[in-house]
Amino acid sequence: MGVFAIRLPDVGEGIAQAELTEWHVKPGDIVREDDVLADVMTDKATVEVPSSASGKVLELGGDVGDMIPIGAVLIRIEVEGEGNEKERPEAQKAAEPVEVTESAPETVDVSSTQPPPAQVQRTNGTKPLASPSVRARAREEGVDLRQVPGSGPAGRISHADLDAWIASGDIRQGAVTRGRNTGVEEVRVVGMRRKIAEKMAVSNRQIPHITIVEEVEMAALEDLRAALNAKYKGERPKLTLLPFLMRAIVEAVREQPELNGRFDDETGVIHRHGGVHIGIATQTPHGLNVPVVHHAEAGSLWDNAAEITRLSEAARDGSIKREDLSGGTITITSLGPLGAIATTPIINHPELAIVGINKMQVRPVWDGQQFQPRTMMNISCSFDHRVIDGWDAAVFVQKLKSLLENPAMLFVEG
Amino acid sequence: MSDIECKLLIIGAGPGGYVCAIRAGQLGIDTVIVDEGEPGGTCLNVGCIPSKALIHAADEFYKITHASQRPLGISVPQPKIDLAKTVAWKDSIVKRLNTGVSGLMKKAGARFVSGSARFVDGKTVLVRKGDEEHSISAEFIVIASGSAPVELPILPFGGPILSSTEALALTEVPDSLAVVGGGYIGLELGTVFAKLGTEVTVVEAEDHILPLYDTGLTRPVAERLDELGVTVMTGARALGFEDGTLQTDQGEVAADKVLVTVGRRPRTVGIGIEELALTQDGPFVKIDRYCQTSMRGIYAIGDVTGEPMLAHRAMAQGEMVAELVAGHSVEWDKRAIPAVCFTDPEVVTCGALPDEVEGTKTTLFPFQANGRAMTTEREDGLFRVVWRESDHAVVGIQAVGEGISELSAAFSLAIEMGACLEDISATVHAHPTRSESLQEACLRALGHALHI
Repeated sequence: MGVFAIRLPDVGEGIAQAELTEWHVKPGDIVREDDVLADVMTDKATVEVPSSASGKVLELGGDVGDMIPIGAVLIRIEVEGEGNEKERPEAQKAAEPVEVTESAPETVDVSSTQPPPAQVQRTNGTKPLASPSVRARAREEGVDLRQVPGSGPAGRISHADLDAWIASGDIRQGAVTRGRNTGVEEVRVVGMRRKIAEKMAVSNRQIPHITIVEEVEMAALEDLRAALNAKYKGERPKLTLLPFLMRAIVEAVREQPELNGRFDDETGVIHRHGGVHIGIATQTPHGLNVPVVHHAEAGSLWDNAAEITRLSEAARDGSIKREDLSGGTITITSLGPLGAIATTPIINHPELAIVGINKMQVRPVWDGQQFQPRTMMNISCSFDHRVIDGWDAAVFVQKLKSLLENPAMLFVEG
Repeated sequence: MSDIECKLLIIGAGPGGYVCAIRAGQLGIDTVIVDEGEPGGTCLNVGCIPSKALIHAADEFYKITHASQRPLGISVPQPKIDLAKTVAWKDSIVKRLNTGVSGLMKKAGARFVSGSARFVDGKTVLVRKGDEEHSISAEFIVIASGSAPVELPILPFGGPILSSTEALALTEVPDSLAVVGGGYIGLELGTVFAKLGTEVTVVEAEDHILPLYDTGLTRPVAERLDELGVTVMTGARALGFEDGTLQTDQGEVAADKVLVTVGRRPRTVGIGIEELALTQDGPFVKIDRYCQTSMRGIYAIGDVTGEPMLAHRAMAQGEMVAELVAGHSVEWDKRAIPAVCFTDPEVVTCGALPDEVEGTKTTLFPFQANGRAMTTEREDGLFRVVWRESDHAVVGIQAVGEGISELSAAFSLAIEMGACLEDISATVHAHPTRSESLQEACLRALGHALHI
């Protein structure tokens, strides 16, 4: 890949510059050779400027209304193969259209002395030339001016140079050696964040976790989900994976009631609950929140789906009530598309277990003869190892797997 | 115990401290500023402002007394000066400015507390005024305690031995005055008294006056001192004073008064800075580019932080620290701090001196070739520009000449903006002014000066 710079061609009439009146492309567009890039207006006519290369538009050389000198870079295009420009000098030239109109020092006829070199290799330790306001802005933008090429006489850095540098994204790429940032920001852990911190610390300190990760083939469940959503489109809430998973948990804890409840570790009593109150870990602008779907065992798929929607919206806009945030007996955590391959979920103390779901993706699965593309998803579940043995934990995970892989079993009244 | 609590406490209401207080007040910071004296510090009360008033008075007097010797065709009967009245006029200006500074701080919302301050710890300061004492605790503290004249053990202040403070308050013109120390303070005040008719002798230990500057800049001043009848002894040391005679290693000097101006020391003693064990840089409080001392939350600005001990440096530092406390992104990134000697002629320096920076060249333009200089009868002096050979960037400007202090803004502006020779050359300078010589000096560096 290379960068191809298209300069404003001589549009005739012996003029030195033309006004940019319209852009037909924007950065990111794909252009082909001969596509019209822009309209420029001379004293007499509006002229279309065609592209002389094919590729992706990287940056425009001016805004509508700017006067562009003939020969100045109009646009930069990323092309296959080599471009007509080296990688970096573009930042220096980007300021050209602005600079040319005021490049008075160059026009002074100095025959006995040389004009100051426009680009100077700054030696180490020499401060770059820039006005106090440019320096102040650079500081605010976090730009190290020593890296910024200056287009002015003696390599002076103008506001335009700084703009071009910031726009070129070199700040973020860190292409050149960069100064150390020794700044340390103090952020006080207060409010909801402190609550989360305390809660997490209790969970992790009190509970020895055992985490089991298992993979689940999701094709059947996804087919069912798609079919249900298609059938009730517009009539009922759209089903995500969560109500199915809640159904599976309800079924699984029916056989293993020791996993559904709250462990009062101070008195040494486990409260096994008949109802399955499933917490749903929810990201809000203020941090993690866990609203609870109470009595998931009593709701239909759509009831639970509707309840999740209500709770998560309330949690995000901050209107959620206290009772909706308490009384959970088991929790689901899902990072959605960010779900990763496996996680080590932390149990929501004083509950006993947490079910984490990871990213669903098509993976090759060996069927005994060949690899098959299968829709797979991992589940990562943690258990309170003080009162739940590895064996029981594994049984629970296998039960979840089997229910999710054979979704019909979810709806067989046992 | 803590009577006052605030976010920002400033110790010292000199130019650094009061500017810091005004800016902090503007930024909505709860600010308290403490000083035992009147607001304005050394600069306003016993420094820059009063000395400029006396310099002006002496200039006027000298012009009148010497009118008949000048070519302007003016003659006057023998004029007289009542120095007590001059000093009263000077004091009225100081008073006006004291009130002005107080008003500005008040308007900005900063509280002024009168008394002497002493650190208890890094967050608390004890302020004493008479028998009253109260403590002030603050999140941030700025040390702006300034500097004081250095005393020579062999010439302790008192009686006929004056510091600059006493010299500015004399109500009678002494017949003779010995000035020990030929730096800018000694020369400014020595020139004042010479113009008022005092027999002045300057005793300087180095081999030329204004030893911080090269002789290219100091020669016009030395020549003028000679014209004014001032005796300058260089390479000389004062040994003691007795019965109206100053002994030096180069002989005796008859002197009614002796003015000792051998420098200024930072005021770090007596306010508890030593107990805080702040890292020092020689006698000064060491600061970084944010004016932060070695102790978190404690800043230092102005003379207490070292050279150059100049009011405008302190002001800029004070402004910056107020903005830092307000959470702004600022740092000390000044390229040049102009320094002015209000001698006759005045000397201004800004940025690098010749040969101070490698790869630089120096160009100069004399006022003898400046029309405006001729019309004011003062063709002495010159302009000098130090520029970098590689890119023509102007890195230093110096000048010596009458009234040149008013051009100093152009010097620092050019350097801060990163001007090069071509920029100054291509800027139209008004005619006829002394400032044209700056443009001419730059043109000369480029090889095409027009008026020389």
